[in-house]
Amino acid sequence: MLEVTPWWGALLLPVVLALFAIAAASFDSVLATGRGAVAEPLRATAGLLVQQRRRTLAADSLLWRGGAVALLVAGIMAALVIPLGSWVVSDFSVGVVWFNTMEVVAWAAVWLVGWGANSAFGLIGGYRFIAQGLAYELPHMFALITAALGAGSLRVADIVAAQHDLWFVVWMPVAFAVYLMSVLGMAFFRPFDHAVSGDAAGGVLAELSGVDRLVFVAGRWLLLTSGAAMAVPLFLGGGQGPLLPGWLWSVLKTAAVLGFLVWVSRRGPTVRMERFHEIAWIVLIPATLVQALVVSIVVIW
Amino acid sequence: MSLQEFLLLASALFSVGLYGALSQQSIVMIMMGLELMINAVIVGASAFWYFVSPDRPDGQVVVLLAVTAMAVEMAVGFAVTTAIFRSRDVDMTDMAADLKG
Amino acid sequence: MAQVLFWLCAIAAVVTGIAVFRVDSMARATFALLASFIFTAVTVLLLDLAYLGVLVILMMIMEMVIMAVFMIMFMMNPAGLMPMTMVHNQKGSLAIAVGTFVVLATGVLLVPWPGSDRARPDDPTMQLGEALMGSKMLVMIVLGLALFATMVATVVLATHRGRYDRYGDRLDRKRPDDPVPGGIGR
Repeated sequence: MLEVTPWWGALLLPVVLALFAIAAASFDSVLATGRGAVAEPLRATAGLLVQQRRRTLAADSLLWRGGAVALLVAGIMAALVIPLGSWVVSDFSVGVVWFNTMEVVAWAAVWLVGWGANSAFGLIGGYRFIAQGLAYELPHMFALITAALGAGSLRVADIVAAQHDLWFVVWMPVAFAVYLMSVLGMAFFRPFDHAVSGDAAGGVLAELSGVDRLVFVAGRWLLLTSGAAMAVPLFLGGGQGPLLPGWLWSVLKTAAVLGFLVWVSRRGPTVRMERFHEIAWIVLIPATLVQALVVSIVVIW
Repeated sequence: MSLQEFLLLASALFSVGLYGALSQQSIVMIMMGLELMINAVIVGASAFWYFVSPDRPDGQVVVLLAVTAMAVEMAVGFAVTTAIFRSRDVDMTDMAADLKG
Repeated sequence: MAQVLFWLCAIAAVVTGIAVFRVDSMARATFALLASFIFTAVTVLLLDLAYLGVLVILMMIMEMVIMAVFMIMFMMNPAGLMPMTMVHNQKGSLAIAVGTFVVLATGVLLVPWPGSDRARPDDPTMQLGEALMGSKMLVMIVLGLALFATMVATVVLATHRGRYDRYGDRLDRKRPDDPVPGGIGR
């Protein structure tokens, strides 16, 4: 059903992801400051490229830079298993687990960036992200498992094929909602941006400047894009739809999910992680477990 | 690739972990040594599954067991360290020698 | 190709494993251990064990990040800015470790290991899943119980507040008195 692209597909993938990410960032700045700010992400990118690197005393440069690069690489690698229409770069037999693993890289990456700068605010941001990660990760895993459960396979192609008659979002609404929420959490967008929020002078971002900041922020946007794109094969039927070709359906659905996430992140305040923690463990985990139970009963039946 | 090569890797990892577990004073560093030793179990079990009995799932189950053992070891280790640190400000094994039993 | 990749990963795994006990910075030690785990996971992936290999990477990233938090919490000199050694009986440990390796390696090279010409399963993940939900279900049940017991035990060991601190001596407080308020406003 899915066909694996030739090797150049892997080269094209970052480009497609980057286009999505830039479009999302433009939409974000339009929401923030009005229609004149469409080109703001490009202007900011150019600005960061020529900005001089800030240095801090006794910084652990290896871990600092490594963390930022790891976030960027993870954002792209996560998308390896995401199909566009009927094309996919790698039809890995445990695609869902692979995707999850690449997201978890964000834990290490964000903490490393916070630690490496040898700055108190950065470290506070890093710790906040780990605490938040402990909150969103388990509901997120259960949401992923629910989709895999519905299809009886960890391969993304099988999950798409299983939604031929009915999209998973229809009978797994809880898992879908939790998934979208955790995508915002893992890319630390508002309302889960406590790791980079202003009350800690930018948290992890506090000491980042120039190219390092560009790499880190780009990685964050790519992670959000990958997360939004994965929602399409997992819950929204992949490239299936009437009239239009499959790849166009994938693009449209991804754009809709991504736009929705960006719009949501511009509404409402930052949620502190200790609040989100209790909500995640007392409300979201039981909710996703019940959802998984319902799905498994339906599957067996 | 052959079974011997994988077992050599496993023995090397096990020995490095053993050195760490024996020589380090800090409880946290000792746990890192233990994790390396369990890592050697993962390599060994996977290699035995692949080369000796791929038609039976036992090797894979052992890997799963080792991974769980790692998680349990780390969780309990940190809980004990936290408890002992809270009660007497100790994070090194030499200072907790009275727990020897 | 697979042969070269295996040796690269094997050497890298052992080198980063040694680096864990050589570097001064605790953050670097933790992430050296993570690198060692990831390199060994790649060798596991070479053995067709896609699920277990990726699972090891997933788990180890989470575990090592948590470990880094505790390392930095408990160690005296977490960033390694003032190098110090915290070892005992280093020579003895080194001798024991090298001796162990020599004995194990001799065994590995001398024992005539059995081979197998039995068919490998098409999908090892499926084989594992069916075993865990079938013939090896007892293992899975015991693992689940052990993990649950671990959660309870670690929380009991690590927390210094019991229910009397939260709900008062007569356990009659309506809302628990917690230092950190939660999100659902109990």
